[in-house]
Amino acid sequence: MDFIKNRFLYLFQSTKGLVLVAVALISLVTAIWGTLSGPMVEWGVRDITLKITGMQLLPQEREGRIIMLYHVIAMAIIAIEVYFMTSIVPMRKHRQAMINGTVTFGYILTLFFGLSFAYFGHNFIFHGIFLFGLSLMFFSGCHLAWALWPWQKQYHVKDNEYAHTKKGVDLERVAFFVMAVATLGSAMFGAITGSYWGNGHETFLAEDIIREPHKNALQLAIIGHLHIMLTLIAVAITLIIGRWLDFKGIFHKISMPLMIVGTIVITLGVWAVVPFEPIAHTIIYCGSVLVMLSALFLVIFGWRKLIHDNRQFVKPGFGQGLRALLHDPLKFGPLWQMVFMNFTVSGVGIFMAVKLDEIFRQWPAREERITLTGHWHILSAIIATIIILYFADISGLSGKKRKWFGWSVIIFSDLAFASVTIFSMKRLMLAQYAQQGLVDWSMIFADIGLAAVLVAMCVLLLWRLFDLFKGEGLWKRQLSNPELDVKRTALQKEDSK
Amino acid sequence: MKTFLILLIGILILTSGCVNEPVDSLNSIPYIDTGVDPDSWITIPAGEFMAGLHDHEIDIPYDYEIMATLVTNAQYVEYLNSALVDATIKIVADSVMGFYPGDPFQGHHHEFEIGSGDKVHLLLNEPGLRTKFDADTFRVVSGFENHPVVMVTWFGAKAYADYNGLRLPTELEWEKAARGSEDNRAYPWGNEISRNHTNYYSSHDLFHKVLNPGARTTPVGFYNGQTISGYETKDNRSPHGLFDMAGNVWQWCGDDYSDQHYRYARGGSFANYEYNLRVWARNSAGPDFYAINIGFRCARGENSEMLKGHH
Repeated sequence: MDFIKNRFLYLFQSTKGLVLVAVALISLVTAIWGTLSGPMVEWGVRDITLKITGMQLLPQEREGRIIMLYHVIAMAIIAIEVYFMTSIVPMRKHRQAMINGTVTFGYILTLFFGLSFAYFGHNFIFHGIFLFGLSLMFFSGCHLAWALWPWQKQYHVKDNEYAHTKKGVDLERVAFFVMAVATLGSAMFGAITGSYWGNGHETFLAEDIIREPHKNALQLAIIGHLHIMLTLIAVAITLIIGRWLDFKGIFHKISMPLMIVGTIVITLGVWAVVPFEPIAHTIIYCGSVLVMLSALFLVIFGWRKLIHDNRQFVKPGFGQGLRALLHDPLKFGPLWQMVFMNFTVSGVGIFMAVKLDEIFRQWPAREERITLTGHWHILSAIIATIIILYFADISGLSGKKRKWFGWSVIIFSDLAFASVTIFSMKRLMLAQYAQQGLVDWSMIFADIGLAAVLVAMCVLLLWRLFDLFKGEGLWKRQLSNPELDVKRTALQKEDSK
Repeated sequence: MKTFLILLIGILILTSGCVNEPVDSLNSIPYIDTGVDPDSWITIPAGEFMAGLHDHEIDIPYDYEIMATLVTNAQYVEYLNSALVDATIKIVADSVMGFYPGDPFQGHHHEFEIGSGDKVHLLLNEPGLRTKFDADTFRVVSGFENHPVVMVTWFGAKAYADYNGLRLPTELEWEKAARGSEDNRAYPWGNEISRNHTNYYSSHDLFHKVLNPGARTTPVGFYNGQTISGYETKDNRSPHGLFDMAGNVWQWCGDDYSDQHYRYARGGSFANYEYNLRVWARNSAGPDFYAINIGFRCARGENSEMLKGHH
């Protein structure tokens, strides 16, 4: 009995165990649901999946299914970010336990019942439980925002290396708090619209209405919702990675105010999209510049730190510096992915916005659609790889295993992202008839890249699974040391109360 | 690290053998007689049908006729030769051009400005065009006679219809002809799709055994339930009996929406995954756009101006 009890305690009460469960569930969903599209259809794998699982894929319900799937995966990702936050941002233990418990219950209900409703027959009890799961997530978000309240004196910063106000208010904590509140408001943006489902609101995918000249308020709200939620997930992981790397010093002091103001501006811009659509984009662009600058300062800090920590000489040359920078792929990777994002997401997005009428609106809508969906799928996947790299670090990978895993994730995921970007931009490079070769190549590389990342994840998770059967495995060490190993911005004296 | 790089390079070399799609250099392909007459027309009776993803009941209160198949290369070349003789179209440099009176421009955000004047119908030297122009005469590349005409702009499609006293179907007319009035099916033949139902992204390697892969299009009426050159096809006719209302090539529709002027196409194509083949899936581009996967079919009968802009 102790065998199960101890593992259960590890998986559902320790931060490291909770992250493992969520990563494993997302990987499982990705592995199974990934067989339903792309080359898996031509290879007949989808038919096998359908036969084994009994999934029902009516073509009329595709949009609804995809929306449910996005929500399921997003909730698990949000849960992981919440676990990270409750561990690395100082807060009272009972609040951490309450938030983690609620968010865990919420995302697991959402995952099982959302997928059951969408793919295994429309039992509306399942849909109700799915909504209940989302509500629990929202409730845990409220609790998180409360726990993050930055003006509590016990969390004032005393170390001058970290950004803070004259009174000592921790600006990194403010950034987390602003992000949490913005997420709650933005979730409501979608939830209120969703409440009109079947009563004036019809299911749609945003990419299918890009050329509708007159979008109604509900459509605008949904488009705003999905954009801001992904943005805020990106903001959260940037802040989390910053704490993991002990972001501090002058760059921290510049970066945090930018992140706070940027997050507020972007969020207000998105919320303004329904009543003030013509100016909303301008507001969002302004906010985005601030947030991206903030992330840039994190990257500069992080790379300098990696070079400093891994150098073999006091004053390393370029080659030695580069070697030091690339020494640890798990810590280099998240920062590199943020840089790489500019080529495959931000750069593409800005280029599209500038050349929309001149180029992209001249293309068929289906091609513009591919570019848009590619753009934000890549952003989502980049966030996922950053989480994976942090998760691998938490898992204690070391030595060659650490290097193999880290470089596999970085190189193969970037191969996939670059291939998808080239695929989506093929019309800029080649006449339509000459594109077939490029299409084939880019798809093969994208598939190889994604498959390799999934294989790497599979190996890592199998190792973690087998570890759970060991009496004195990694899980036991992590159970006795359940929190993430980071240097916190404020002291922890109050936390054990 | 060295092992990792060797492994990576090995994978790249191995995958180099996976791509063998030839580019366009086709002077001829085998002609396949599908037994389907491209000159046949089908009457769609007046009445309601369920339109769009969300099954909105729409009434089209008149009978109209629509072509059972896409307009073929042979039909289009016959028109080109005739229209060139009577100067309805003209050749300027490498382009076939004709007059279009323009669309009213209202200055909406992202609205296309389509002025009055000569417009390109097709470009003669574009790869993918199955029509050649030699000695003042148009001809079809051998074997492509009964394939759908492609690389034609919306202007070129409309000119063909106007010249023959026809019109392009509206999106709603097209959708009703594809879906029928009995149910809310997703594809013209039902709710299931398999790789030998029609010419779409997942079906390539099957019909490539019969046709030159560079052809990309399949002859109109190819998927008619018969076994053609050893390849067993399924019947992809709509409830009203139209072929290729899903797959093969997108089909220009006639609507001009006043505040955008994109032209819409329906049906999906050989380059698309199955979700693009659902009867309500839409594609759009400017009226001067052409592609190897866009063709058209014509309609005749009651004018559908009353339904314009319904979406």
